[in-house]
Amino acid sequence: MHITQGTFSFLPPLTDEQIKKQIEYCIAKGWAVNIEFTDDPHPRNTYWEMWGLPMFDLTDAAAVMYELNECRKVYKGRAYIRISAFDSSPGWESLRLSFITDRPDDEPGFDLRREESRGRMQRYSIRAYATERPMGARYGR
Amino acid sequence: MNMVASEKKRGRYDAGVLKYKDMGYFDLSYEPKDTDILACFRVTPQDGVDPEEAAAAVAGESSTATWTVVWTDRLTACDKYRAKCYRIEPVPGNPNQWFAYIAYDLDLFEPGSVVNMMASIIGNVFGFKPLKALRLEDLRIPAEYVKTFDGPPTGIVVERERLDKFGRPLLGCTVKPKLGLSGRNYGRVVYEALKGGLDFTKDDENINSQPFMHWRDRFLYCMEAVNKAQAMTGEVKGHYLNVTAATMEEMYERAEFAKELGSVIIMIDLVIGFTAIQSMSKWARKNDMILHLHRAGHSTYTRQKNHGVSFRVIAKWARLAGVDHIHAGTVVGKLEGDPATTRGYYDICRENFNPKRLEHGLFFDQDWAGLRKVMPVASGGIHAGQMHQLLTLLGEDVVLQFGGGTIGHPMGIAAGATANRVALEAMILARNEGRDIMAEGPEILAEAARWCKPLAQALETWKDVTFDYASTDTPDFVPTPTMV
Repeated sequence: MHITQGTFSFLPPLTDEQIKKQIEYCIAKGWAVNIEFTDDPHPRNTYWEMWGLPMFDLTDAAAVMYELNECRKVYKGRAYIRISAFDSSPGWESLRLSFITDRPDDEPGFDLRREESRGRMQRYSIRAYATERPMGARYGR
Repeated sequence: MNMVASEKKRGRYDAGVLKYKDMGYFDLSYEPKDTDILACFRVTPQDGVDPEEAAAAVAGESSTATWTVVWTDRLTACDKYRAKCYRIEPVPGNPNQWFAYIAYDLDLFEPGSVVNMMASIIGNVFGFKPLKALRLEDLRIPAEYVKTFDGPPTGIVVERERLDKFGRPLLGCTVKPKLGLSGRNYGRVVYEALKGGLDFTKDDENINSQPFMHWRDRFLYCMEAVNKAQAMTGEVKGHYLNVTAATMEEMYERAEFAKELGSVIIMIDLVIGFTAIQSMSKWARKNDMILHLHRAGHSTYTRQKNHGVSFRVIAKWARLAGVDHIHAGTVVGKLEGDPATTRGYYDICRENFNPKRLEHGLFFDQDWAGLRKVMPVASGGIHAGQMHQLLTLLGEDVVLQFGGGTIGHPMGIAAGATANRVALEAMILARNEGRDIMAEGPEILAEAARWCKPLAQALETWKDVTFDYASTDTPDFVPTPTMV
């Protein structure tokens, strides 16, 4: 299974050259670029771990690519890594772009749980198979 | 007006009939206050009626006047409560039509009530005999009044945060055929479209609770489909559950059931009226629900230029009343939509300040005073092959709804959804890389179609589909040379 969170999940995996161009776009807009990673892909898992602080006032995408590669050295293959861009303009003050750059080698997907309730009511919850194991031991390697 | 027989000088408050112009409703020296509500009407007087008197009558009939002098005016601060026509000019290119600008004191209106604004400004006046036709073109709502409204319960930014979707338009699809499917079959369409890559599916405006599908069945099957699609993709998904019903009690009951089932979004139709819209908005705010408004019925009064209410006014009222989504046109699709006029609607939904732009049909500066933003929805006759045009014309903060353009795909609904999502992501990637998507759009789509078969099939199926008809609602203005 291939989770499709993020802006470019329906495209073939982005090359470093393509990632760099997206970062350049964000920098040109004056947005702060942030690298995050997680081993819990639940769609409501808002707070992925931050790889350092968001990079404000950047002028060169190479700095982000350097940090992305540092993050990959630790987590590649056993976590999701995403890049997001934050716009502090009044009236927005939120993300403008967010896309996955790296995925675990294997994505086992989600279990949909149904709890039958009164009438024909169902209560639904979904749980990532990966999170059945403790943090840090969720994906191979 | 021709009712006035005698021209002899008489006192302002003598019993009898007086011209509206002479009653204080026409004052070209009046300087509107920052707190006034300003309206621009397109006035078409009956033959032989003085346009200034017609404009004064519009101001009078939409505020304090009646057809004859009443002494009880003297018991009020009547000059304050009289609306005043402060400017009148001929409509460029349309003989016998005038733009009349009218100012209303803020104390004429109840705080936080769209329907009160409507009852005054578009109340009796549209049926007034001395007018052949009348159109409310635009309103300037002062920040002081804007602040008495709650506005959208969610707004564009929070909707994106809740859905965890950034940097691209959202994708939707209306379930088709719009009438006749059973709940079980209906949910199938929802599941396939969401699993295939769309963010939202949608009930159509006239899906309520009919013999072929009762509303509870629809809600249960749709939420099964939404939850299953979430599990299959790891993404937040939604189906606009239409809670439109005959009474408020029934609407609340349906909305409560949608909430119990865990839906992120509900939907209402414009035909329920603005009181009901504001009530549902308050409910949505209280229950963390995104509120989608389908503009069913609007073309009965928005489409013809000489009579009715412009959609830009409806969009302003909807933002004040507080909806999160509103259908605002596609430009390229099957429904009415001049590009410049549509741009004006989108700006009303999405900007914090709208400068006066006559070329977009915006007659006034409008300050939204921090009111949350409404996500416009583009729906009706659009397909993946137009992605570069849609993105260029409508921008990023919009829901693109491909109904036929998803469900009509030769390889099925999920393939149709995938084609749309791939086309969109490829176009965003290319745009961000600095490519000129308006020029290179077809090439960018063709590149993606090389590795995405569903997209190749979609492009082939709909390659020749365009809707090129003249728009009926276009701005009338004289371009002025810009000062450099």
